[in-house]
Amino acid sequence: MSAITEEVVDSASIAAASAKRKSLWALAVRNPAVIFGGVVLLVMLAVAILAPFLGTVDPTRIDPAARNKKPGTEITMRLDDGQTVKRVAIFGTDSLGRDVYSRVLYGTRVSLVIGVAVAIVSVAVGLVIGLISGYIRWADGIIMRIMDGLMAIPGILLAIALVSIWRAGLITVIFAIVVPDVPRVVRLVRSVVLTVREEPYVEGAISVGTPTWTLMFRHILPNTVAPLIVQGTFIAASAILAEAILSFLGIGIPPEIPSWGNIMAEGRTLFRVFPHNILYPGIFLALTVLAINIMGDGLRDTLDPKMSKKV
Amino acid sequence: MLDFIARRLVAIIPVLAVVAVFVFLMLRLTPGDPAAVIAGDNATSDQIADIREKLGLNEPIWTQFAIWIGNVLQGNFGESFFFKKTVAELIAQRIEPTLALAICTLIIAVSVAVPLGVMAAYRHGSLLDRFVMGFAVMGFSVPVFVIGYLLIYVFAIELGWLPVQGYTRIGVNFWGFLERMVLPSVTLAVVYIALIARITRASVLEVLNEDYIRTARAKGLSNRVVLMRHALRNAAVPILTVIGIGIALLIGGAVVTESVYGLPGLGRLTVEAVLSRDFPTIQTVILLFSVVYVVINLLIDVGYTLFDPRIRY
Repeated sequence: MSAITEEVVDSASIAAASAKRKSLWALAVRNPAVIFGGVVLLVMLAVAILAPFLGTVDPTRIDPAARNKKPGTEITMRLDDGQTVKRVAIFGTDSLGRDVYSRVLYGTRVSLVIGVAVAIVSVAVGLVIGLISGYIRWADGIIMRIMDGLMAIPGILLAIALVSIWRAGLITVIFAIVVPDVPRVVRLVRSVVLTVREEPYVEGAISVGTPTWTLMFRHILPNTVAPLIVQGTFIAASAILAEAILSFLGIGIPPEIPSWGNIMAEGRTLFRVFPHNILYPGIFLALTVLAINIMGDGLRDTLDPKMSKKV
Repeated sequence: MLDFIARRLVAIIPVLAVVAVFVFLMLRLTPGDPAAVIAGDNATSDQIADIREKLGLNEPIWTQFAIWIGNVLQGNFGESFFFKKTVAELIAQRIEPTLALAICTLIIAVSVAVPLGVMAAYRHGSLLDRFVMGFAVMGFSVPVFVIGYLLIYVFAIELGWLPVQGYTRIGVNFWGFLERMVLPSVTLAVVYIALIARITRASVLEVLNEDYIRTARAKGLSNRVVLMRHALRNAAVPILTVIGIGIALLIGGAVVTESVYGLPGLGRLTVEAVLSRDFPTIQTVILLFSVVYVVINLLIDVGYTLFDPRIRY
């Protein structure tokens, strides 16, 4: 008899718990900050995917006849088959005659790829190291000293150092931005693990002989999901900025790939006369990063109320 | 207290050791012969052999590290083959603009951000509060160089109030120095203001709910005294902490700002060194900036006791 009621209570509480978890996500999705950021990001994603269909031309196409045109200038383009076409360069052209509008739209791809890739890789790597550090006592000391050391090197400087080792390329840049972010994820995961492992339900699980791996995946890992999503959004935002900075300094993505940082780097020399080379990619960049940051704030407020109180 | 300082000093040794190992390994991780990498493209084979001998490249890696760290501790950072100078000379030459930029930025950032944060907390939910929070998010989202070029465009090109780029040494012409320092410092201060204002607001807001604030008000103290002496002083620790952590942002931002404004400082040097693959210089600059960052944060840790006598070590 008692077994039956226990089971009833149990399934009821499980249902309640899962409903609570679901409602938290529903709440997050309804947060105005998350909606605003999400919508802007979806637009950017659409721009990135649909770049070839949005009235763009080849972003690497050099046109010596149409160099340094101000935004809104009408340009006569000669196509490969000898026909000439008139089109308005709404964002102007750069000093090689490349169309800035097309370059900015295609540049969205690089920035979004960098943001997503850096966030995923640094969260994944940081999660593994953080779980080990939080759970295996003897490894903790060594791992955390290394992380402290890495955090002592200012982030952008560490990225610059790493790029200098292997020369620029998309993968190198992603890796260089990931490394400074990993220690921050490790610290976050480790602190969650250290708190959770003292909880009665984890002690209970240990006492009934749950294997370590099950313990980690079933009981500890789920607790890290919400803070990691929040952290991941902020990492994505700062990664996009970091790529732009590296490319702007001339040590990031190779110049032939149109990225916002590259377009701006190219526009530096003639900035006084033709500010549009920096203005338009700058607006796109700021808008994207702003959207991610606002979304991150909204996610933090709903998913991680403890953390939002601190900041 | 002395005991605490001693313990903190000991604690930074492993941190700096990790930094040193990383900086040492940088050159070893680059593809190719380290001696050839250092010597640059125009080196003769004699020069390369000479460098190989100096760095002990024929010895095991532990000995190489010992030789390198021994040199560094004696202030011998090697020679830059690209700039044809010792790295120590190069840094001495380039340190003034960076130091000036950092100090001006710190002064501007703290004197703008702290009052802004306090007022935002005091008038919680007001228009000013929303403005400060909005500015904080914006400050983190717009890259330093975009802010820089925007300011150059408005204040130097359109209005013509300030020079566009360049640097005048402080000893040569003080007004010229100040004129050229305004835009770079304001540019670099934006992200720092965002960071400090946000933390100031949050920590003052928390303190304002405390009983002793109500007591102070009940005693009939003026708002100014309550905010400055009771609230801000008790909120000082997190604000100081974030100023210390923000030094990393400041250093990263200086690299970019110096490039935008053509300041011949350490940040520009870093970029030039990376572009010319001048490893002795890159290694030293990273080591130097990291040591500065760690030491400033150590000083701030020690400084807490001055602001908050409740903290005893």
